[in-house]
Amino acid sequence: MECKEESRSLASETKTRKSMSSFWKEFLKGIVVSNPVFILVLGLCPTLAVSSSLDNALGMSAGVIFVLLGSNIIIALIRNATPNLVRIPVFIVVIATFVTILTLSFEAYLPPLYESLGIYLPLIVVNCIILGRAEVFASKNPVLLSIADALGIGLGFTLALFIISFIRELFGTGTLSIFGRELLKLPVLSEHPLTIFILPSGAFLVIGFLLALFRWTGVIKGE
Amino acid sequence: MNNLLISSSPHIWRGLSTNKIMYLVVVALLFPTGAGIYFFGYHAIWIIVSSVITAVVTELVIKKLRRKKFVMDGSAVITGLLFALILPPRIPIWMVVVGSVFCIAVAKEAFGGLGYNIFNPALAGRAFMTVCFPGEMTTWILPSFFGSDAVTGATPLGESFTWEMDKLTLYKNLFIGNRAGSLGETSVMLILIGAILLLAFKVIDWRIPVFYLGTVALGSFLLGEDVIFQLLAGGLMLGAFFMATDYVTSPVTANGRIVFGVGAGLLTVAIRYFGAMPEGVCFSILLMNAFTPLIDRYIKPKPYGYVRMRKKEVKAGQS
Repeated sequence: MECKEESRSLASETKTRKSMSSFWKEFLKGIVVSNPVFILVLGLCPTLAVSSSLDNALGMSAGVIFVLLGSNIIIALIRNATPNLVRIPVFIVVIATFVTILTLSFEAYLPPLYESLGIYLPLIVVNCIILGRAEVFASKNPVLLSIADALGIGLGFTLALFIISFIRELFGTGTLSIFGRELLKLPVLSEHPLTIFILPSGAFLVIGFLLALFRWTGVIKGE
Repeated sequence: MNNLLISSSPHIWRGLSTNKIMYLVVVALLFPTGAGIYFFGYHAIWIIVSSVITAVVTELVIKKLRRKKFVMDGSAVITGLLFALILPPRIPIWMVVVGSVFCIAVAKEAFGGLGYNIFNPALAGRAFMTVCFPGEMTTWILPSFFGSDAVTGATPLGESFTWEMDKLTLYKNLFIGNRAGSLGETSVMLILIGAILLLAFKVIDWRIPVFYLGTVALGSFLLGEDVIFQLLAGGLMLGAFFMATDYVTSPVTANGRIVFGVGAGLLTVAIRYFGAMPEGVCFSILLMNAFTPLIDRYIKPKPYGYVRMRKKEVKAGQS
């Protein structure tokens, strides 16, 4: 009797430990090993479009984390009730709900950010990172793991956008400012900025060179 | 037995190696370079020297980073020199260095190095500079010989350009190079000397420049413009002989080169008359560079001994 109880408690303990460790595993995976931008190369449209300044990048990342978290939770909750044939429309409706909430609250509370993000805010609906996580992860895994996945992938997206927008803003304007506060001003570049970094072609160049750099340093493994 | 070598084709070659071709082009480029130094003074020397040195050093560093062997084949020297020749004569040196790094690092090595670059590196560098430093890239000066002060002046194709004397003097000045413009594009005479040298050694194909210039002349004529002026002004001569003929970024077949020249000519005329910029040589050649793989794909020479079958024969063969 005692033995049985002991083994049961042991089992539940290992189960919680296991789930905790897999929570961390799913969380950390999204940041480096399967970084949505640099490794999965997903969601490039918003990445290219809004990474021209740090403010935009951080605002966009916050929006994506919110939508990703919300949609992952809801989709993981309803995953057994969703008919397989109509799962994509169901995902889209769930995602669109959160995007609507996000867009309206940005418009109400952060109008400057809402203005500068423009069309890319409602376009989070079709962001392939979010739909991709819903399809690949949340529709097949329990809620807790889906939360870990959403947070990890969201932070990975934030990290990628931060790096790209850091480089683009620094060279494209010669200054670095975050939420209206100027952090850094380069002596010569601020007078003669390399405008190409702010333009779309600069976004492609920066992403391409970052991918090459990560591959060269071995962060990304080649085939 | 050492004389028996087995190698893949081509088995017959002209004895002109890549190195020789590259340095022949450098020699030909020395003529417009000399003109640039003569007309625009000491600063021109600094622009040219810094551009060439930066290009070679960048090539060396990038080859090291890519773990590839660095070959001093002169292509980096040409890129640096050409890039310097299409810059305004009073551009700050640090901008030259930034642009030269862009030419080699982005336009050439990022695409795979010599032989793999889609766009002419020097022209890509100029496009980069035009986007980044629009003010400095459109500040022109009249020729100021050694020691004299620089006076800003409009290029012949610019809107504010005026000419009071007769046309013949204008043509003469344009031909000799006594006018505002980029470092090496002003003296048509010395560009032509360099071009004749290259044509004589068969380094460049006559088709691209001839069809390029011909199309621009015809287009200008049809639009009712001064044909001789349009041919002599701007960077057309330098572009037609030294940029458009770049082996890597132009088609390989004879007919393809004709298409390339005509296309670049049409684009140049279109940009000059209907575009926002006064000069269109740089962007028209860059655009045709982008079309080069397509031209090579669809315009193929007839294979040796190939006879097109008649319809009747095709039917007979089928039945």
